[in-house]
Amino acid sequence: MSFVTRGFTGRSRDRDPRLPPGQTLVEDWPVLSAGPTPGVRTSDWTFTIATEDGTVHRWTWDEFLALGLQDIEVDIHCVTHWSKLAMPWRGVSLDRLFAEVETTQDFVMAHSYGGYTTNVPLDELLDGQAWVAVEAEGEPLRPEHGGPARLLVPHLYFWKSAKWVRGLVMMPDDEPGFWEQSGYHLHGDPWREERYW
Amino acid sequence: MIVRRAATHAAWHVGTVTATSMETPTARRVVLDVPTWPGNDAGQHLDVRLTAPDGYQATRSYSLASSGPATSVELVVAEVPDGEVSPFLVHDLRVGDAVELHGPLGAFFVWRPPADVEAAGMPPVQLVAGGSGVVPLLAMVRSHVGAGDATPFRLLYSVRTPADVFFPDELAAAAEKGAMQLDLVYTRETPTGWPDPPGRLTLTGVEARVVAVADEPRVFVCGPTAFVEAVAKWLVDLGHRPASIRTERFGGT
Repeated sequence: MSFVTRGFTGRSRDRDPRLPPGQTLVEDWPVLSAGPTPGVRTSDWTFTIATEDGTVHRWTWDEFLALGLQDIEVDIHCVTHWSKLAMPWRGVSLDRLFAEVETTQDFVMAHSYGGYTTNVPLDELLDGQAWVAVEAEGEPLRPEHGGPARLLVPHLYFWKSAKWVRGLVMMPDDEPGFWEQSGYHLHGDPWREERYW
Repeated sequence: MIVRRAATHAAWHVGTVTATSMETPTARRVVLDVPTWPGNDAGQHLDVRLTAPDGYQATRSYSLASSGPATSVELVVAEVPDGEVSPFLVHDLRVGDAVELHGPLGAFFVWRPPADVEAAGMPPVQLVAGGSGVVPLLAMVRSHVGAGDATPFRLLYSVRTPADVFFPDELAAAAEKGAMQLDLVYTRETPTGWPDPPGRLTLTGVEARVVAVADEPRVFVCGPTAFVEAVAKWLVDLGHRPASIRTERFGGT
């Protein structure tokens, strides 16, 4: 590193090896979203997966919970440079949701209440890599953090973990979602600092 | 939602500090010359990366108070008392120092003057600031004043005390010349003779100080999370369309 900022020493060299490059550990949980928090009641909530042949798999809140909640502990990394480590979550594995879904398409657009979208390759949502989460840190997910349910894809930057998620739509190609159209990286791997394109 | 591709790709730049001044007792204005800067829209932000002699780096995001094609950028850094980067920027950074910058960033929380500044019927713009969240909104006010466009502008600015107001003279001047309407709300301490006692915004307080729903304003809200959550919810409760409200929040690091 040739560039040095005169006078800057920084606070700590005890950098946690679980932190990807350019990330700072936080204890609180910052909120980032582009518009107002939509008020979504679980009585009105549904979750859908739509495939290329027009099939729409649909779950009500109770049907969704009946798939079984899994306890998980994951690190999350926001593109705005904060990370939280070993964060406890509860959610339904995407493996459960995709168990009966037949598709030959490789990409997924997640859609949220409020209009947000984000794109993720299907093979990065399966095999224990992603959940639709309903609890964090032992409490029901608060609305500003995406409650009642948000996508949780912890191995990608956290904008991929769509708040207020309401469904997934299969796509033949990797089309950009909301932030991805506004300059954020199509993929978003924090270990490769795929922040912007 | 309508999304526009970013006008310019973000890239790394080196900026040299050309001026600093304390804007309030806890916030410092920093102006940097960035020869490779591609210009930016009002409302965008950048990342500041500091590097220690042993290669240790710390990066934080800051909103830009400036916009347009110029290669000089202006930030206002509010000091986070336990922070790692903001205390350095507020107390240690000097004129002539170089820092690495990445940007411009953000293509959603932005406002651009209309191509035809005389155009009538542009939707009004309502800005709502909590504390140092005023910085990207100030950039929008500056862009609007600089363009001299006919868009009706209104800024609701909630701040702790009179001493905490960023750029009070510039805001007052913009209001004075009729370029925008300014509504200040003080939460802890008011100027002498102020008509309202200090207090936090409420739903009715917001309703009285924002462009009416019937005028279909585009709304930009920036501030701490709790402030943005409350204000955005009230605006929706008052009947503003969720899609017309854009938010930006900051946490302290």
